[in-house]
Amino acid sequence: MLGFGILSGLLILPLVGAAIILMLPGDSEASRSNARWTALFTTLATFALSLVAWARFDAGTAAFQLVETHAWLTETIRFKLGVDGFSMPLILLTTFLMPFCILASWESIGHRVKEYFVAFLVLETTMIGVFSALDLVLFYLFFEAGLIPMFLIIGIWGGKRRIYASFKFFLYTLLGSVLMLLAIMAMYWAAGTTDIPTLLAYEFAPGLQTWLWLAFFASFAVKMPMWPVHTWLPDAHVEAPTAGSVILAGVLLKMGGYGFIRVSLPMFPEASLYFAPLVFALSVIAIVYTSLVALMQEDIKKLIAYSSVAHMGFVTMGLFSMNEQGIQGAMFTMISHGLVSGALFLCVGVIYDRMHTREIKAYGGLVNRMPMYAVVFLILTMANVALPGTSGFIGEFLTLMGAFRANTWVAFFAATGVILSAGYALWLYRRVVYGPLEKPELQTITDLNRREIVTFAPLILLIIYYGVQPSPILDVFAVPTDALMQSVQATLATVKSAALAAH
Amino acid sequence: MYHAIVFLPLVGFLIAGLFGRVLGARPSEIITTALLFVSAALSWVAFIDVGFGDGATRVQVAQWMSVGDLVVDWAFRIDTLTAMMLVVVNTVSALVHLYSIGYMHEDPHRSRFFAYLSLFTFAMLMLVTADNLVQMFFGWEGVGLASYLLIGFWYQKDSANAAAMKAFIVNRVGDFGFLLGIFTIFVLFNGVTFDQIFPRVAEFADARFTFLGTEWHALTIACLLLFMGAMGKSAQFLLHTWLPDAMEGPTPVSALIHAATMVTAGVFMVARLSPVFEYAPDALTVVTVIGGITAFFAATVGLVQNDIKRVIAYSTCSQLGYMFVALGVGAYSAGVFHLFTHAFFKALLFLGAGSVIHAMHHEQDMRHMGALRRYIPFTMAMMLIGNLALTGFPFTAGYYSKDAIIEAAYAAHSPAGSFAFLATVIAALMTSFYSWRLFFLTFEGTPRWGHHGHHAHAPHDHEGVEHDERSRDVEPTRHADHEHGHHGDQMPHESPLVMLVPLVLLAIGALVAGIVFHDAFIGEGYAEFWKGALFTRPENHILEEMHHLPVWVPLLPSIMMALGLALAWYMYILDTKQPAKLAADHPILYRFLLNKWYFDELYDVIFVRPAMAIGRFFWRTGDQRIIDGLGPDGISARVLDVTRGVVRVQTGYLYHYAFAMLIGVAALVTYYLFRGAH
Repeated sequence: MLGFGILSGLLILPLVGAAIILMLPGDSEASRSNARWTALFTTLATFALSLVAWARFDAGTAAFQLVETHAWLTETIRFKLGVDGFSMPLILLTTFLMPFCILASWESIGHRVKEYFVAFLVLETTMIGVFSALDLVLFYLFFEAGLIPMFLIIGIWGGKRRIYASFKFFLYTLLGSVLMLLAIMAMYWAAGTTDIPTLLAYEFAPGLQTWLWLAFFASFAVKMPMWPVHTWLPDAHVEAPTAGSVILAGVLLKMGGYGFIRVSLPMFPEASLYFAPLVFALSVIAIVYTSLVALMQEDIKKLIAYSSVAHMGFVTMGLFSMNEQGIQGAMFTMISHGLVSGALFLCVGVIYDRMHTREIKAYGGLVNRMPMYAVVFLILTMANVALPGTSGFIGEFLTLMGAFRANTWVAFFAATGVILSAGYALWLYRRVVYGPLEKPELQTITDLNRREIVTFAPLILLIIYYGVQPSPILDVFAVPTDALMQSVQATLATVKSAALAAH
Repeated sequence: MYHAIVFLPLVGFLIAGLFGRVLGARPSEIITTALLFVSAALSWVAFIDVGFGDGATRVQVAQWMSVGDLVVDWAFRIDTLTAMMLVVVNTVSALVHLYSIGYMHEDPHRSRFFAYLSLFTFAMLMLVTADNLVQMFFGWEGVGLASYLLIGFWYQKDSANAAAMKAFIVNRVGDFGFLLGIFTIFVLFNGVTFDQIFPRVAEFADARFTFLGTEWHALTIACLLLFMGAMGKSAQFLLHTWLPDAMEGPTPVSALIHAATMVTAGVFMVARLSPVFEYAPDALTVVTVIGGITAFFAATVGLVQNDIKRVIAYSTCSQLGYMFVALGVGAYSAGVFHLFTHAFFKALLFLGAGSVIHAMHHEQDMRHMGALRRYIPFTMAMMLIGNLALTGFPFTAGYYSKDAIIEAAYAAHSPAGSFAFLATVIAALMTSFYSWRLFFLTFEGTPRWGHHGHHAHAPHDHEGVEHDERSRDVEPTRHADHEHGHHGDQMPHESPLVMLVPLVLLAIGALVAGIVFHDAFIGEGYAEFWKGALFTRPENHILEEMHHLPVWVPLLPSIMMALGLALAWYMYILDTKQPAKLAADHPILYRFLLNKWYFDELYDVIFVRPAMAIGRFFWRTGDQRIIDGLGPDGISARVLDVTRGVVRVQTGYLYHYAFAMLIGVAALVTYYLFRGAH
C-alpha cells in the first residue's frame, strides 16, 4: 500500500496539531488561547476520525482490519498498523478522553501553556500507536515513547513532589521495558520477524515461552500496575496535573492489559497457563491489599489511585481466567475504568482548582454549596463501587464470574473487594461531601460551571448507558475472544493430555 | 401494563430528580405521588388477574448482556408471587408518598426526598419482577443505594451519614455471598435465568461442587451463599446491625423501606428460589435456625429500647426472623403470607409512630411522652389496630399469618423446627410485651413532656440506667424549629389529613388482610392461587400437617399474646415503679439488652479497627518502607547522589534527561536491529 490509511491519519493528526501550536508566536495571552483552541480542535478532529474508523470497522471478524503497511527499518520490520476487536475500543477510549483532558487543563495550567498542549498531543499519538501497531518493534517504540511526554507532564506541570514522582514513574517503567526489548529481540531471532499477525501464528518452544512471558510480564505488570510494583502510581497521580491523572488512569494503565491480551496470552499460551496462578495471586493481593490501603488514605487523589490498582487487579484476574466471561469482562473493565476513573480524577480536579488542596480533611459538607457536584460525585462513586446499572458493575461481575469458573478461591478473595470498595469509596464521599459546611475557606466555594458540566455530562451518560446496555462494547470483544479462546483451548488440551499421561 | 407498573416510578424519579429544582417542591410531590398511585392501582389489577385468573406471563424488555453462555435479559417474570409483591410494594409506597407530603412539609429538600422514594420503588419493582438472578441483583443493590440515600437524607447529621454508610456496607457483606451464589448457580446450570434453573433442579439433587477446596453438596452451598445475601438485606442475626441505625432516616422511609418492602427482599428471594431450596435441606435448616435466633434475639432487645422507632425496628427484625422460620421448615406460603400482612401493620405502626413524633415536635424518646391519648386520639386508635395485628389478636392479620408460622415450626417435627418453635413462642410473648409497653408509655400514664424544652433533657433515668446514645435518637431540630418556633405552645397536635388517610387505609389492611386472603395463601385455595409460583416437593406435607396439631399448639400464641399484654399492663399502668426496679436489680442483663448484645462494639473490635490497622500497616510499612525502600527510593537515592553533584534539579534538567533517554533508547534499538538483520 502506498497511500496513508485512516490509522496513519489518527497518528499524524495530533502531531499536526502539535506542530501548529509550536509555530504559534510568543507567549502572550492570545497565543495561549490559540494553543488551547488548537489543541481542543485537534483532539475533537481526531475523535471524529476515530469514529470514521469505527464506522468502517467490522466487529464480525477476528482478523486485523484497516491494515496498512509502510517500509521501515528492514524487510521484516515494517511500519504496520491495524486494529481488531480488542484494540478498536481502546483507541476510541483514547480519542474520546483527550478532549476532556484539554478542557480540564483550560484554566488550571498557567505556565508553559504551549509546551503543555504539545506534550499532550504527542502523548495521544503514542497511545494510539500502541493500540494500532502490528509490529512488535513499532509497538515497543510507541509503548516507550509514551513515557516521555508523561514524564514531562508530571515533572513540569505537577505538584510539589513532582520530581520525585516523575523519577519514580520513569525508573519503574524503564526497568520493565529493558526486559521487554530483550524479549522482542529473542523473538525476532526465533521467528525471524516482528510482525504481530505472523507471531500470533508462530509457536514458540515451551522453554523459550517461559522466559519471554516473564520478560513481557515485567513490563506489563509495571504498567498495569500490579502488586508489588504499583507504588509509582499513587505518587504519579498525586503529583500529576488533573488531565495527566485522567490520561494516566484512563489510558496509560490499559497499555499493560492490552499487552497481556495482544502478546502474552496469544503468543505464549503455555507459559500463560503455567503462570496463571502467579497472576491470580498477585491480582487478589492487589485487590485486597490496595483496597485496605485506600481505606486509610488522607489524600483524595491517592485514594482513587489505590482504588485504580485494585480495579486493575480485576482486569489481570479476568484475563488469566481464560474464559469468555473473564476476558470480555476484563476488557470491559478497562474501558469502564477508563471512563469512571478518568471522570473521578476530573471530579477531584474541580475542587482542587478551587481550593488547591487534595487533603480530605480540608473538605466536608460540599453538598451544601455544590449540589450538582455532589450528584456527579455520587454517580461516579457508585460506578466505582460497581453498582449494577453502571458500567463498573458489568466488568466486575464478569471478571469475578470468570475467576470463579477458573478457581473459587480467587473469586472468593477478590469478591471481598466488593465490600472493601464500598468502604473506602463511601467513606471518602461522606468526609468530602456530606456533613455541615463548617470550614471557613469553603464558605464561598462555587458549584460546577458550564465548562465543567459539559465535561461531565457525556461521561456520566456513557457510564450509565453502558451499565444498562453494555453490548455495543461487549460484542466487539466477543469475536476476538472466541478466536483467542480457541487457540488457547488447543494448548490447554495438549497440556492436559500431557498431564494425564504423566500421572 | 407491566411496563407501566415498573417504569412509572422511574419516570417520577427522573422528573423529580432532574427537574425538581425547577419545578418546585409541590409539583414534584404531586407528580411522583400520582404516578405511584397509578402504578399501585395497576398492581391490584395485575394481582387479581394473576392470582385469581390466569395472567401469569413473561415480559421481555431488552437484552442486558450476552457473554459466552451467560445471557442476561431485562425481563419481568409475572406470577402470583411477583403480583403479590407488586401489590405490597406499590400500595405501601403510594401511601408513604402521600403521607410524606404531610410529614416532610417543612423540609427544604422535599423534591429530592420524593425522587429518592420513587427511585427506591423502581429498584424494588425491578427486584420483584426479575426473571433472572442478575436482574434481581440489580434491584437488590438498587434498593441498597436508595436506602443509603434515604437514611442519609439529613446529611448534616453525622449520625445519619454513619448509619447510611453502615447500611450499605453491611448489605454489601451479604451481597458478597449473593454474588458467589449466582456464580455457583451459573457454573451448575449454565444459566442465570429462572426458566433455565427451575426445571433442571432435580437433575442436580445429588451433584457435588468443590468450593474453596472442600467438596459440598452443590445446591446446599449455592443456597447458603444466596441466603447470605438474604441475611444482609433482611437484617438477620449477625448481619442485623444496620437496621436499627437505619432509623436515622425520616420516619416514612422507615415505614416503606425498613419495614414493609426492602427488608423483606430476602424473604422474597428465598421464596422465589423455593424450587432450589427444596432440594437443599441442610440450607433450609440453616434458614430455620437463623430465623429462630433472629426472632428471639431482636425481641429481647426490643424489650428495653426507649426510642419509639427503634422498638419498632427491632420488632421488624424479629418478625423477619419469623418469616425465615416459615421458609426454613418448608412452609413458604406461610412466610410469604406473613410478609404480606406484616407490610400493612408494620407500615401502619411506623407511620403511626411518625404521627406521634410529628405531634411531639420530633421527639422520639418514649420516656418523654405519655398520656398522648387525649391529644391525638386518632393516631392512638391507629396504633392500637397496628398493635393488635402485630401481636396476633384474634381475627386480625397477624393472628392468621404469625400463628401459622408458629404452627408450621411445630409441625416440622425436626430439631431445627422444634428450636424455632420454642424461639418463636417466647418471641411472641416478648412481642406482645414490648408492643404494649410502647403503647402504654406513649399514650397512657402521665404526661412526661411539657415541663421542659424539646431537646434540652437532663440525663433522665426512667429505667434506672442512663441511656447511652441519647443524641442519636432525635430527628433534626431545625424541622421542629421551622414550624413551631413562632408559636410558643408545646401541645401535641393531631397530624393533617394527608397523613391520616394513609393510616386508615393501612389499618383496614391490618384488620382484614388476614381473614380475606388466608384461604388463598395458606388454606384451601393454595394450589389454585399460587399456581406453582412456590414450589414444594411431593414429600413436603407441612401445610397439611399444620391442620392436625394438638389443641394447645394453635392456642399457645394467643395465650402468649394475652400474657404479654397483662405483663405490660402491670408494669406500665398499675405499678410503674416496677420497670426501674427490675432494671436496677439486673443491671448487667439490662445493659446487655439495652446495648443490643454489644454487637456494634464487637464488630468494631473484630472488623472495623483491624481493617483500618491493616490498611495503615500495608500503606506505611508495606508500600512505603518495604516496597519503596528496597525498590525505587533506594535506587533513586543512589541516582540522585550521583546527579546532584553534577546538575541542579530544575525544570531544564528534565528536558535534558528525557532527551538523553529518547536518544539512548533509539540508538539501542537501531543498533540491535541492524545487528540482528544482517
